[in-house]
Amino acid sequence: MAIYKLKSPIISEEDIRKLNVNDILYITGIIVTMRDAAHRRALELFKEEKTLPIDLYGSTVFHCGPIVKRKRSQWVVIAAGPTTSTRMEEFEDEFIKNFGVRVIVGKGGMGKRTADAMKKYGAVYAAFTGGAAVLAAKAVKKVKKVEWLDLGMPEALWVFEVDDFGPITVAIDAHGNNLFEEIQKKAEESKPKIYKMLGISR
Amino acid sequence: MEVEKVVEDVAVNLLRLAVTDLPKDIKDALQQAYQKEESRAGKTQLKAILDNIELAEKMGVPICQDTGVINFYVRAGAKAKNLDRIEKALQKATKRATKEVPLRPNAVDPITQKNTKDNTGRFIPFVRWEILRGDSIEITVLPKGAGSENVSMLGMLMPSEGLTGLKKFVVDAVIKAGAMPCPPTILGIGVGGGADTAMELAKRAILRPLNKPNSNPVLAELERELNEAVNMTGIGPMGLGGKFTALGVSIEYAHRHPASYPVAVVFQCWAARKATARIHSSGAIEYLTHDLG
Repeated sequence: MAIYKLKSPIISEEDIRKLNVNDILYITGIIVTMRDAAHRRALELFKEEKTLPIDLYGSTVFHCGPIVKRKRSQWVVIAAGPTTSTRMEEFEDEFIKNFGVRVIVGKGGMGKRTADAMKKYGAVYAAFTGGAAVLAAKAVKKVKKVEWLDLGMPEALWVFEVDDFGPITVAIDAHGNNLFEEIQKKAEESKPKIYKMLGISR
Repeated sequence: MEVEKVVEDVAVNLLRLAVTDLPKDIKDALQQAYQKEESRAGKTQLKAILDNIELAEKMGVPICQDTGVINFYVRAGAKAKNLDRIEKALQKATKRATKEVPLRPNAVDPITQKNTKDNTGRFIPFVRWEILRGDSIEITVLPKGAGSENVSMLGMLMPSEGLTGLKKFVVDAVIKAGAMPCPPTILGIGVGGGADTAMELAKRAILRPLNKPNSNPVLAELERELNEAVNMTGIGPMGLGGKFTALGVSIEYAHRHPASYPVAVVFQCWAARKATARIHSSGAIEYLTHDLG
């Protein structure tokens, strides 16, 4: 386990390949919030060969639907914890492949398709503590811009400037390791022991 | 002042208290988990959780951005006046709190997919009633996030399996849920009744204070045993591994049909938000879950 401070966007694939599951990251720079509706729209635009409102190459994408308040001409982030990442599983491999995203931040982990794409193209998935919305909001220094507000506040594409955004835990690395799956597998394997303790015969 | 206005103001306060400050029983349990957690990853998660709770309280902002779907439990004295106006007051309070706290707008029409943007709509906020003796009105708010709600489970088990079936169902539900409900969770278990009764009881069970075991010693022992069992899964805080998968287990039961054995499991995330106040007929207001001193 190591602790890294990363600057996002992360252009170098090498910086990503050196990370391992259980490493702790703090990110400074730009992160972009995207949930399922934003993923879908981005992939549709890509298919139509249209450009996105922001270049995602080397970027950090945050699975998050924040509470944001407008104060005069400025957007202020009130709460911005991670949302459940499995909702983005159906899009994420294409997403990594097409846009060159380096870090995906969310909660609850992701599946094999995403893990395979991460290994192939050099990206990691990192878990931000679910529900720790104020901790996340505190790291946001500025809302750089917002796009696709027509999707609603939680689904819009928020571009945040962050300082030491974390701690986030690498849960899928670019070597094919998937921490959530390992823990889930161990939990399944613990069943016989637990059943025995509870006097369950099968 | 009009009862309606009093209820509205109290409910706005309850919503604000619930989403910005966890009750002491939950904070104490999380603190203890942090002290006792042995997994490094689990400890990191619990530290972030505690830091986040402290920040939210200090800044008066929601602990989690998912401020949930709003549920109210009203325990009203039969002699309290204007009970017919309470639901309207709760609707108004929810709209106000959505702007003032703020809460995230979380009420979506399932047919048109349109968000009402004020957290109200058909059956939302959901209000459950209990009519008691007396003339006071007790209101509890339970904002329920989707991450934990989405892994709720209902099993119509074989009556012949009895408690053994229940135990297996709960353990399997916790393993299936994994990291999704934002562990360490509180498990509410409802057993007996019909399918709806079991679910209703399970949801009510998550409101019971963690330091208050079941008044029935057999159930209290079952709660302790199940808590120990689910913490053997190693899922841990936020599913990143550790010994704190659940902070507590609460069971409520109803008598059942001879041929039915419904078991419901409701998960509440670590951000176990709830707040209760009692409005006395004198107009005095008592906040029961939070110390406002």
